[in-house]
Amino acid sequence: MPDTNPNSAAVSAQQVNIPPISWRRRVTDHVMTGISVLTVLLVLLPLFAIFAYLVYRGIGSINIAFLTQTPKPVGEPGGGMANAIVGSMVILAIASLLGVPLGIGAGIFLSEYGRNRYGDIVRFVSDVLNGVPSIVIGIVAYGLVVMRQKHFSALAGGVALAIMMIPTIARTTEQMLLLVPQAIREAAYGLGVSRWRTTLSITLRTATSGVITGVMLAFARVAGETAPLLFTAFGNQYWNWKTDQPTAALSLQIFTYAISPFDEWHRQAWAGALVLVILIVGAVAAVRIAVRHGTLAGA
Amino acid sequence: MGVGITVEHLNAFYGKTQALFDVNITALANHATALIGPSGCGKSTFIRCLNRMHETIPEARVDGKVLIGDLSVYNGTSATQLRRRVGMVFQKANPFPTMSIYDNVAAGLKLNGFRNRKQLDEIVQKSLQSAALWDEVKDSLHKKSGASLSGGQQQRLCIARALAVQPEVLLMDEPCSALDPISTGKIEELIFQLKEQYTIVIVTHNMQQAARVAEFTGFFLLGKMIEFDKTEKIFTNPSDKRTEDYVTGRFG
Amino acid sequence: MSNQALPRPRFNAPEPEPGSKAALKIEARTTPLLQGKVSEVPDVAFGWAMRLCGLAVVALLGLIVYQLVVGSELSWHAFGWKFFGQSDWNPVSDQYGALPFIYGTVVSSLLALVIAVPLSIGVAVFITEMCPIGLRGILSFTTELLAAIPSVVYGLWAIFVMVPILREYVQPFLARTLGWTGLFSGPPYGIGMLAAGVILAIMIIPIISSITREVLIVVPQHQREAVLALGATRWEMIRMGVLRNARAGIVGAIILGLGRALGETMAVTMVIGNRPEIAKSLFAPGYTMASVLANEFTEATGDLYLSALIEIGLALFFVTIVVNALARLMVWSVTRGQPARSIA
Repeated sequence: MPDTNPNSAAVSAQQVNIPPISWRRRVTDHVMTGISVLTVLLVLLPLFAIFAYLVYRGIGSINIAFLTQTPKPVGEPGGGMANAIVGSMVILAIASLLGVPLGIGAGIFLSEYGRNRYGDIVRFVSDVLNGVPSIVIGIVAYGLVVMRQKHFSALAGGVALAIMMIPTIARTTEQMLLLVPQAIREAAYGLGVSRWRTTLSITLRTATSGVITGVMLAFARVAGETAPLLFTAFGNQYWNWKTDQPTAALSLQIFTYAISPFDEWHRQAWAGALVLVILIVGAVAAVRIAVRHGTLAGA
Repeated sequence: MGVGITVEHLNAFYGKTQALFDVNITALANHATALIGPSGCGKSTFIRCLNRMHETIPEARVDGKVLIGDLSVYNGTSATQLRRRVGMVFQKANPFPTMSIYDNVAAGLKLNGFRNRKQLDEIVQKSLQSAALWDEVKDSLHKKSGASLSGGQQQRLCIARALAVQPEVLLMDEPCSALDPISTGKIEELIFQLKEQYTIVIVTHNMQQAARVAEFTGFFLLGKMIEFDKTEKIFTNPSDKRTEDYVTGRFG
Repeated sequence: MSNQALPRPRFNAPEPEPGSKAALKIEARTTPLLQGKVSEVPDVAFGWAMRLCGLAVVALLGLIVYQLVVGSELSWHAFGWKFFGQSDWNPVSDQYGALPFIYGTVVSSLLALVIAVPLSIGVAVFITEMCPIGLRGILSFTTELLAAIPSVVYGLWAIFVMVPILREYVQPFLARTLGWTGLFSGPPYGIGMLAAGVILAIMIIPIISSITREVLIVVPQHQREAVLALGATRWEMIRMGVLRNARAGIVGAIILGLGRALGETMAVTMVIGNRPEIAKSLFAPGYTMASVLANEFTEATGDLYLSALIEIGLALFFVTIVVNALARLMVWSVTRGQPARSIA
């Protein structure tokens, strides 16, 4: 019969051997926890540094002049990025007009008509497209639009950004539509509602907040892109309302100013960067908040 | 006034698997017909064949003839058109979550292009009254969403929604299985009343419910219709031994 | 009650509620409002419209490949495979070799991985395994915030803040301590391969850590409990019960980060020095495939010049596709098909 008396010599003899191993393991455990905390701090450090610096260097330069004037010639102080801000909006509007309907349509295809081999191909290609470097997309848009039209334009920039938006929106739309229970669709079919009407007025309607979230995230992602605009919109120091001329964009302007040798332009680059980050981060945060209140009720 | 349902030599398949074997049934107009049987015996598949909901599953196939009145379900009309004459209530209440109570009931009409506001108001009220839900929701028709009601109320909402389209036939696939006894009682009462205007086919795994509500009962087992007769006969003096075993609780 | 005619079943079913019958008003059926034929045409048309959208996605990929291949034909015919082996990049004499850019891309990306991987895994492990629940949301939100910052803003910060720090403190320190390796020699400009690697690392940490987090979450709880039940410390539980199981997924996350680093353009262009040379030291300036495209595409006079650049774009495209496909396969094998999140 085993000896279970805690006072007997056999049991206490076993206890003597345990402490040294456990000490080393315990220390390792604490060290690893410490290292993990350290990594978190190291990762958060640049984040705070960037935001802090953006505000520090940029806030002083954001004023009415900055937001309403165009760049002044080199050497003269003052001027602003108004044309770049508006230009970005125009390019993004074109991109959304092209990209959002196609993206949502592809998403509807994937979820309602694509639960098969063809859908798998589109799904795979979508994910592949998401990984294509944005500068390569710029080259493609250059070939598609700029070379045909023989000039840079906001349209070319919009096309480039639309190509980037479509796969993202397609995938998120698909996921949101799949969240709608099949029972909801069946309820509509049972009432004698045709399939296309069910898809649009019932399924898509139920998933609306989720789909909008996906669209806004795709929007925020391309809003900060510079590379695909380098040889499509190209940038412009002046106001441009024509569709056949190069257009300024906020991200392009920041880039041009940052690599320039002029202090005055560096100062404005910081301001522009701050504006850009506020807009993008604001959009992402707004989406996050909306998700918490919206999707749960909608899906 | 109503229409009956005739089913002849119905076979149903999911891909290569056969789910229904040579089913023959006649459901009389303005009567309730219950379908009973153990889980997985094919009664849900059968009822979904009656309004072609079976087709919404990929690789599903049907063989045989189904007649609603004198309309051939599979050859004479499109599925969408058919489903306006045959309403369905599902096992789990499925009101449209983003729509108000009013919009839920009116959905079948609004989504099919019907816009006359006054007539819609009238139909919504009548449907909700027919579903015994009007008094409970008449003050919050537009304010509350369909999903904010209790389980029993949601199911009655779904019944109202189905009735608003004014079908001739009402198919009910275990409508009370997810509900508490009080709600169940209310709905059974409702079915009893609806019989006078509609032809009802109800799937139930609850034999007492079949006994309470239906004049005719069909017993399904493993995809085959074993016996179909007056409810009284099925429960008191069934012809087939398997029916007797099921009805006395020896299995299922 | 009209159910007097209904026979009593063998077992006693309760009588239906009396009284409530009076309140029920079943409306008589009238002619249905929905009359008229339902046309199949809209359904068919809609179906095809949606399929067309799906096709458009595939067509986009085809379009990209077509543009790149056609654009690089000239260069391909001129140089063939040697294009990727030569290091002479001379627009004046129309001689183009892509080796310096390939070298720069590979080295800067690998350097970024070396820095980013331990940090990302540390963050992911902390958030999923060690973090108090209240902090979890804030921490994951802030790491995602890092992902939302545009590349050009990273570059701006890198030029004016990070590079001076590298130049004044980090590079002299590295030269003193590790200079013997040959990796940290030469004048400390600040800008150069090291700067590119560091800023790339900061940029890919969010993606590696968020995918790693998804992969760690998927590890079933009973794996952790089994190891703990054997008397392991928390770190041992993480090492044996979680990391070991999530290995394939973590490797996938790393490769996904690599894919991102390979294609990253703006921030790298702003700090790498833009000199098409191959040097051993990390202090030396370099050039990546994406950077040369950004800098020289609009300056390209001459068809061969442009074609050479497009061929670099084709190579970059091909490499990132393969790397990303590989990464997704590995992540998919662990998370079973749910696309963790789109890389937004």
